[in-house]
Amino acid sequence: MQLSDFVQSIEKEFEDTRPGTVTGETEFRKLEGWSSMMALIIIAKIDSDYSVTVTAEELAECNTINDLFELVHAKAA
Amino acid sequence: MSLFSTQNIRIAGISACVPRKEVSNYDFELISQKERELLVKSVGIEKRRVAEKGVCTSDLCQKSAEKLLNELGWRKDEVSILIFVTQTPDYITPATSNILQDKLGLPGSCIALDINLGCSGYVYGIAVASSLLATLGKGKALVLAGDISTATISEKDKSATPIFSDAGSATALEFESHAPEMYFNLQGNGSGYKAIIIPDGGYRNPVSSKSLEYEQVSEGIIRRKTDLVLNGIDVFNFSVNEVPKNVEELLKFSGRERQGIDYFIFHQANLLINESIRKKLKLEPKQVPYSLRNFGNTSSATIPVTIVTQLKNEITGKPLKMVACGFGVGLSWGSVYAETNRLACPDLIEW
Repeated sequence: MQLSDFVQSIEKEFEDTRPGTVTGETEFRKLEGWSSMMALIIIAKIDSDYSVTVTAEELAECNTINDLFELVHAKAA
Repeated sequence: MSLFSTQNIRIAGISACVPRKEVSNYDFELISQKERELLVKSVGIEKRRVAEKGVCTSDLCQKSAEKLLNELGWRKDEVSILIFVTQTPDYITPATSNILQDKLGLPGSCIALDINLGCSGYVYGIAVASSLLATLGKGKALVLAGDISTATISEKDKSATPIFSDAGSATALEFESHAPEMYFNLQGNGSGYKAIIIPDGGYRNPVSSKSLEYEQVSEGIIRRKTDLVLNGIDVFNFSVNEVPKNVEELLKFSGRERQGIDYFIFHQANLLINESIRKKLKLEPKQVPYSLRNFGNTSSATIPVTIVTQLKNEITGKPLKMVACGFGVGLSWGSVYAETNRLACPDLIEW
């Protein structure tokens, strides 16, 4: 799995974000449109795309999209 | 997991009753207009039914049962089992099933008991009633299932309020020699009990004045210890990991292929969960009806509400091969394979 694909797929879930503005360093909770509902939407997206379960506690420890990518990457391995 | 089957039990009919009062998630004031649109799109719930103060689950189930008994033409003294599945009983004590036995005019010889389960409860209720009927070797049973979950939720909790809705239901079963076998797969995992919980009000944490104080848990979530807590992410992860496996085991045990099943009726949790389960099981959209958009998550009543509102013509008109599956609070989950043949199914009752 590639970081660039991962960033793109997360970015798509944020309807108010202009394509190409999100990077690995982006802190996803600071994105326009972030809410607790988005947390569930992202967990569902990761489950569907990578068959990886991210728990609420694991998500809480992630700040940037890169953190999330590293977590998913490690769990997918 | 617990796999078993029951012989000589036929499902005779299904009915459901919802309160008249309807609210829309597009009017949900705790979140912005944009969030409301995202909510309806992702969670899949637009409208919900809310019981007026003073209306209990047992009232909605009683209406369902009376209409169904009438449509079936059953005599009340033929009903030998009454199972009431709910987490919103009339009283902590006595069991509401006893009260319903009297209100419905069922005989004193009727076995009446409550089952304290929510989202998985419909399948458990059918399992218990059909097992008891098979043991009796004769007679008829009513499974009354539902909840007024809206009464358990803080109106200032944006995580739970837009999900839950109220309904009651009745399902009629009867002993009939040579009826097709029903297959069950029941499971649970109590280590996840905190995922959906009302912390105070039982005997572990009796109600105190502190239980009734509103606390800000996080942004948009203010509730008391007597209100329902819903941890959406835990419920999602549990559901999408356990439910597909459970249904696959059921199909294998019953010797059925997924393509040969007319309908899979899942508990209506939310669209994210339900669509993830559907895709994992590789089911066609036409095999998986939804009532979620207009009736929300009605706890143990979602399966009968979906059948009555989405499948009335099919279920009354022709034989069907069905799988029903409930999952949630407990954690508890289970599925049943049943073949139905022209059931009684009155129109949805609004009361």
